[in-house]
Amino acid sequence: MKLREIAHSRTGDKGNTSNISVIAYDAKHFPLLKEQVTAARVKAHFAGVVEGDVVRYELPNIAALNFVMSNALGGGVTRSLALDAHGKSLSSALLDLEITVASDSK
Amino acid sequence: MRTIRIGSGAGYSGDRIEPAVELAEKGEIDYLVFECLGERTVALAQQARMKDPESGYDPLLEERMRAVLPLCAAKGIKIVTNMGAANPEAAAKKTAEIARSLGLSRLKIAAVVGDDVLDACKANDLPIMEFEGTIKQLGNKLLSANAYLGAEPMAEALRGGADVVITGRASDPALFLAPMIHAFGWAMDDWNLLGQGTVAGHLLECAGQITGGYFADPGYKDIPDLARLGFPIGEVGEDGALVVTKVPGSGGAVTAQTCKEQLLYEVHDPRQYFQPDVVADFSQVCVEEIAPDRVRVSGGRGAKRTGTLKVSVGYVDSFIGEGQMSYAGPGALARGRLALDVVRERLKLTGVSSSELRFDLIGVDALHGSQVSAQADEPYEVRLRVTGRTENLHEAVRIGNEVETLYTNGPAGGGGAWKAARDVVAVASVLLPRELAKPRVHFVEA
Repeated sequence: MKLREIAHSRTGDKGNTSNISVIAYDAKHFPLLKEQVTAARVKAHFAGVVEGDVVRYELPNIAALNFVMSNALGGGVTRSLALDAHGKSLSSALLDLEITVASDSK
Repeated sequence: MRTIRIGSGAGYSGDRIEPAVELAEKGEIDYLVFECLGERTVALAQQARMKDPESGYDPLLEERMRAVLPLCAAKGIKIVTNMGAANPEAAAKKTAEIARSLGLSRLKIAAVVGDDVLDACKANDLPIMEFEGTIKQLGNKLLSANAYLGAEPMAEALRGGADVVITGRASDPALFLAPMIHAFGWAMDDWNLLGQGTVAGHLLECAGQITGGYFADPGYKDIPDLARLGFPIGEVGEDGALVVTKVPGSGGAVTAQTCKEQLLYEVHDPRQYFQPDVVADFSQVCVEEIAPDRVRVSGGRGAKRTGTLKVSVGYVDSFIGEGQMSYAGPGALARGRLALDVVRERLKLTGVSSSELRFDLIGVDALHGSQVSAQADEPYEVRLRVTGRTENLHEAVRIGNEVETLYTNGPAGGGGAWKAARDVVAVASVLLPRELAKPRVHFVEA
């Protein structure tokens, strides 16, 4: 299934850095997010977009992950040539990530 | 325990005004905050001020003030805003003039100045954080340098009896923290309280983004009556207790989900959210729905502020030229791709000088690039978009021209050509030793 089925997301921007939150609708899916939505997978998912590192922060109290992606906004919001200079639409792309779920945990 | 109600009347400079009026009218608020200053807005406003010394503040200041001042004056609601942009004093004078024209007398309007630290930055030739180089190396491209001020001068203005406080560059959460500090007498070294207050300010600063705006996703995240989206109210207690809510009867929703999305918006390390007044820690925050459209947010903490202030530096970066053209129907994608190839080759053949070029097909790969978008089906219509960075306006214009001329010189059936060329004012950052910024408060009476 797609990540979209179990999590919601919002993108924020600062300079040339983009952050994407991934928030479980139901806290019971947080372990699944931690296990499968890794920094490495997010970096691979955004091939051609994110040129720098991806760092993941965990917020267990709200069952959320926060991904901070450097060199992700075409040189920075204020000078980027991109149509979506803020990268605001990136969260929707991340929700397309495939998640493998055991049939009893869904 | 004492509680104040702070309404958030704008999340950016162009935001809707009607929900702010609704807040003043029906929100039973004590403070109305307008956050209107984007990263590069001060630099653009500074350019405007250089042309006209009485300008340089938010272009919607007059419309907003006319819409809310009578209500706020009648109800004793204090206004705090960064609509001063590059000229808080002129904004304060203008606001006083508006108040008088509305028949409101004895309104006290405060301008917070001192965020302009261009001279201090030049004198110390500070290094730029985003790329190799220093302030001096920007030479005559340097336009402005404005420090993100904290809540103290705004709280001082409120202590001085201000009905309206107008700042230039200040940290966005500090616009909300100032009323808390003023109302409750919080100590400026009570880091946990300042941290929790920063959580409140951070949640509220984008207005509709916490009441269901920028959230709806049909079938997954449905929001009632988005068209009449109401703006948020933070109920803050003396001990920092926070409930986020909105105007009763307005559209939208305040839920645990909307609060969580906004909590992490534009946050990097949640344990270290750097602010002029505190290093806030969001990592232990808890979010709890206690009633419809009422969410309790607790657990914000803080650590001692740093010795520096972040300064936003505006500079002339480059020029950007752009052209667009649409193709539709059978073979639209192939014709769009052919058109891109043609423009790419013509820009080379004619020797257009650019440091960076970008070729997109809107509807296919413009937002996330060809790799992320690779598996999508072929669309009915596509829009070609070519952009390039150049050193001068003349070269930028040539990029759009090479797209427009696809009409008679490109693939079949192109339509809706559009082109533009503009200069780019970009923003970078430096860290300034805190003591070099000297904020001051000036009062104007209506």
